[in-house]
Amino acid sequence: MALRDRPLSPHLQVYRPQLTSVLSIFHRLTGVFLATGAAMLCCWLLTAAAGPEYYEWSQWFLTSWLGYALLAAWSYCLFYHLCNGIRHLFWDVGIGFSLKATYASGVLMVLASFGLTGLSWGLGLYFYFTG
Amino acid sequence: MRIQTPLARVRHLGSAKEGSDHWWWQRLTALLLVPLSLWFVASIWWLVIGGATYEAFQDWLSGPVAAILMLLFIGMMFYHLKLGLQVVIEDYVHTKAVKWTFLVMINLGCLIGAIAAIYSTVAVALGG
Repeated sequence: MALRDRPLSPHLQVYRPQLTSVLSIFHRLTGVFLATGAAMLCCWLLTAAAGPEYYEWSQWFLTSWLGYALLAAWSYCLFYHLCNGIRHLFWDVGIGFSLKATYASGVLMVLASFGLTGLSWGLGLYFYFTG
Repeated sequence: MRIQTPLARVRHLGSAKEGSDHWWWQRLTALLLVPLSLWFVASIWWLVIGGATYEAFQDWLSGPVAAILMLLFIGMMFYHLKLGLQVVIEDYVHTKAVKWTFLVMINLGCLIGAIAAIYSTVAVALGG
């Protein structure tokens, strides 16, 4: 079949963003971005398997300013994807389908994702000072 | 005249009969990844931000709990990643050749990633 530039539905350019659609798009974006985190996990484990001197490279990179920025982004995206994923699991068993419940769980999910990220970095800070 | 029922005629036609498998595994891995990723983040923060020494890291990963949880996390996470990326490509890429190239790359990438991570975990856990 010849590829034609047919209009795609939904027509995003004439669509007013809603909380529901925006959260759904971010679920995908965070998922795709977390693939880079998976690649980093491989590098981290591979350097660890290669020996202490290579493990130091990973340690150096991850605790550089770029490493910390990436860890912050990965951790937020992970908690976002996790919280919205739980929201999806509830929908999968048929809970929370009403418009009101969908918006309420959306707001709750965003708050929970920030809360969990904050909590995890609090734990990180604790490890930073206690070693 | 056909004696065959309509049901018999549509059997083995239509869907690939794998759709529910994809759906089911995406949910199952998601469910398991909830506790596993909480454990994973806490462990990474302790190791990386806490600046654990290589010896401490190896000692930790040599224990059965950490090694098994890490292997489980790797397996579930890469399978979940493969399923998720596959859907993204299937939704947005409609040129057959490009779609199949992406799908093969995703499958191979996730497989290679998982094998590399599993090998490394076992190597660190067993290497003394």
